[in-house]
Amino acid sequence: MNLDTLTIAQARKDLDAKKYSALDLTHAYLEQIAKKDGEIHSYLEVWADSAREEAKAADAMITAGKQQPLTGIPIAVKDNILIDGRIASSASKMLENYRASYDATVIAKLKAQGAVFLGRANMDEFAMGGSTENSAYGPTKNPRDTSRVPGGSSGGSAAAVAANLALGALGSDTGGSIRQPAALTGIVGLKPTYGAVSRYGLMAMGSSLDQIGTLGKTTEDAHILFDAIQGYDANDSTSFPEPSAERKMRKVIGIPRTFLKEGSDADILAQFEETLDGLKAVGYTVRDIELPNIGYSLAAYYIIMPAEASTNLARYDGIRYGLSFDGKTVEEVNAKSRGVGFGPEVRRRILVGTFVLSAGYADAYYRKARSVRELIRADFSRAFESVDAIALPTSPVPAFTIGEKSDPLAMYAADIFTVPVNLAGVPAISIPSGTVERDGKKLPVGFQLVAAHGNESALFAIGKDVEAYNLRS
Amino acid sequence: MADKVDIAALAKLARLEVSDAELKKLETEIPEILAFVDTIQKADVGKEASAPALRNVMRADENPIESGTYTEKILDAAPARDGDRIAVKQVISRRKAAPSGQKKS
Repeated sequence: MNLDTLTIAQARKDLDAKKYSALDLTHAYLEQIAKKDGEIHSYLEVWADSAREEAKAADAMITAGKQQPLTGIPIAVKDNILIDGRIASSASKMLENYRASYDATVIAKLKAQGAVFLGRANMDEFAMGGSTENSAYGPTKNPRDTSRVPGGSSGGSAAAVAANLALGALGSDTGGSIRQPAALTGIVGLKPTYGAVSRYGLMAMGSSLDQIGTLGKTTEDAHILFDAIQGYDANDSTSFPEPSAERKMRKVIGIPRTFLKEGSDADILAQFEETLDGLKAVGYTVRDIELPNIGYSLAAYYIIMPAEASTNLARYDGIRYGLSFDGKTVEEVNAKSRGVGFGPEVRRRILVGTFVLSAGYADAYYRKARSVRELIRADFSRAFESVDAIALPTSPVPAFTIGEKSDPLAMYAADIFTVPVNLAGVPAISIPSGTVERDGKKLPVGFQLVAAHGNESALFAIGKDVEAYNLRS
Repeated sequence: MADKVDIAALAKLARLEVSDAELKKLETEIPEILAFVDTIQKADVGKEASAPALRNVMRADENPIESGTYTEKILDAAPARDGDRIAVKQVISRRKAAPSGQKKS
């Protein structure tokens, strides 16, 4: 087996044809991890022993003819998704020794299919960041250039797939945390429709924005993983009970062109136009559209997200679970535990969130941001009346060097093309398309497609056409 | 609006211990972030957005789990226990609490 070209779809065929066993496959990945992850640091913990046992169980399922799409497929899981009995730290000192007391719904679904869990993937602490530099356990390196970041916050998940240290991965996306690292490492990342995948067992950051999604080498792989984890869950009150109505594909793609120029590198935009030309060549109509309020997305996002995060993170109080420091009063226990347990970016967001929700400011900031969010959501709904998908670059810049964006606002600005999607709750995918050169190295560029609520199938269909074009050029 | 932020008061509200050195850094960073997000003030939101269609999203409170099923698991995660309870410092005391909250201006 050649791990460089192996996909989930291909491995399924090979496993079912008994070309190699699930145990062979898992061994191949564990070997790669032993060889390469010292440098990449995509994993916080590798579960070699249990992975071998899971692979053996998968082989038994295959022999019995009871295999499912992910039986025996070795994957990485972001460190903020709970697996019963395993440490889930969210890459924070706060939860360094915290063991999950139940399985997240997505994990229960993958276990039922006989997937193999290789380990927990590094991330920005509590999913706050876009580079994985905010991990309390050290940054992950980009496999394409180890002096650069893999993006974030699901940077460990993306780097693991890009470096052949996992065949696929789960991540979470609150403002681009799956799509941006997928773009920066040259793989496919899917953020499903808000409510399409249960969030039960995902550590909450911005509850109205968070969504578990998938990372793989191809659109097909991201799709296979998505099919395995999606669906209604009574344990998540925001998950959808009914599937969305099928939409007819018209092969029309909209470009919010006036918005694209904001802070984008020229060669990123040139690569984006080239991909659009490729889609035109296979019969797509590409048309300019207006999303009048999209320019307010970043500001609205950096109010709503910290507001929700500051309330969600109130649960880490040094009393129920996680790090705990003793004090004379309960306030002191809270303040000391949180003061030591949380890293700098988490503290910043808690304080910003506390401010925008505080009496006297909540109207001007939080409530105003929620109204602006409704406008942005309406802009998208209107646009999808006439187009199947909206295309944008995933990131305005390619992978940056470790330490380059030390100013928090510079880091936030890199989220410009991904946060509108979370505010609107619509699905989006990042597909690698072309490269740009920095310091003599070719760095991957992500092409982002956004579709209407529940219309993931449009993303997969157009995504395959982008991949077909990539192979030609 | 943002330059009046009292970071020490916010940290107290958020129950977050912050060192003096970090406080100094945050006193520049937080107002910068707030000045950036302040651009939404320019958005014209017009009338209040209409309320979305509502439906009951809560699952029915039926078939409760047998008492004690998860007791040990949950207590295992807690830093301190007292029998089958999570131990916590006294929350309400007779001493009058110091005034908290940030200044409004």
